[in-house]
Amino acid sequence: MKDLTLTNISKSFGEKQVLCGFTHCFKGGSRTCIMGASGKGKTTLFNIILGIIKADSGIISGLPERISAVFQEDRLSEPFSAVANIKAVVPKSVSESEMLSCLAELGLQGSEHLPVSELSGGMRRRVAVARALLAESELIVLDEPFKGLDDAMREQVISVILSRTKGKTLIFATHDTRDPIALSAELLEL
Amino acid sequence: MLSALLVWQLASYVVGSKLLLVSPFDVVVRLVGLVGEEGFFATLGFSFSRIALGFFSGLLCGTLLALLAGRFKLAEILLWPYMITVKSVPVASIVVIALVWMSAKNISALISFLMVLPIVYTNILEGIRSVDRKMLEMADVFGMRFSKRLRLIWLPAIKPFAVSGCRVALGLAWKSGVAAELIGYPKGSIGESLYYSKLYLYTADLFAWTVVIIILSVTFEKLFVFLLKKAFERSEKA
Repeated sequence: MKDLTLTNISKSFGEKQVLCGFTHCFKGGSRTCIMGASGKGKTTLFNIILGIIKADSGIISGLPERISAVFQEDRLSEPFSAVANIKAVVPKSVSESEMLSCLAELGLQGSEHLPVSELSGGMRRRVAVARALLAESELIVLDEPFKGLDDAMREQVISVILSRTKGKTLIFATHDTRDPIALSAELLEL
Repeated sequence: MLSALLVWQLASYVVGSKLLLVSPFDVVVRLVGLVGEEGFFATLGFSFSRIALGFFSGLLCGTLLALLAGRFKLAEILLWPYMITVKSVPVASIVVIALVWMSAKNISALISFLMVLPIVYTNILEGIRSVDRKMLEMADVFGMRFSKRLRLIWLPAIKPFAVSGCRVALGLAWKSGVAAELIGYPKGSIGESLYYSKLYLYTADLFAWTVVIIILSVTFEKLFVFLLKKAFERSEKA
């Protein structure tokens, strides 16, 4: 698995410079936790990696073809079920039983076929996590994946992430200092 | 509803002239008489088929043009003057101009089409514009296939606009279609029946035909919107 290298990445929105010469090499198959106060550019950095926005300057190399993500918002189709939302992004080789098993691991058994609009904020977050974990990808980007989860659920989700991201490059952002330790991730402060 | 009928009955009693205002009872009697008349259902079929044809053509063209305008800004700019013209020109003017070019037989289909087109176009385009850009970004990141994007992102966004647009368009299709027939009075149409009712001052006939138009219009609207909603629900469950 290739390393993902970002060199001298800069990004401004109008007058405000959000990223200034960001350089880092994310080792293939590694886990990296990005921390920093709000407005420090975590989401901007993720959006650049995901190809949603373009950096003003800098070079990105080693970006894999297939990436999956949990965005800052859940970005789920509300009238559809958790299974339908996941099915829309996973290859046909991923069976429905595998999806149900992942959802059950995340504590969503019994809610798999309910419209997402009927789920609570924490449940939606876990559906977004399940979608990112089941999608075919070499790089997984998680922007505050534990938002809205209580401590017990957070631990449960962390254990699912650990078991389902083996061999993949994982980059995530969080505000909780316990998370990089629990996920044995390299800490990178912005 | 009952109170409105009572007011109507009372008003017709006060006016005291069946020529000026018939009572609801007289209208019901005339309606029963009309249904029993030879050629009644053929008249309904004549107008219904043409107005429905105009509506469905307008729905199809309006949707396709909205998709085009949603995809290409240039198409929206080029279509704008046509849509604003069709929306602004009075129905009567369009009917009179159209009668110079074509026979009265299919005038209601053309007029319904022209009335439905800009409404459907505007509503579907609004629906397309209301799509959550963040959902599209998500679809790009995950490499979601077009069919899935359509079902999970585009259709749910367009649904409320399509339903409300169709409701308005259906009502207008009937109003404008019958108005066009009234001006062109093609043989065997509801418009022709209305025209002769007015000409010979058959006020009961005028009211009875109006009730027929309302029943047809409301039934068609309810049925179509029901089927449209079912189709959207089915796409959400499939």
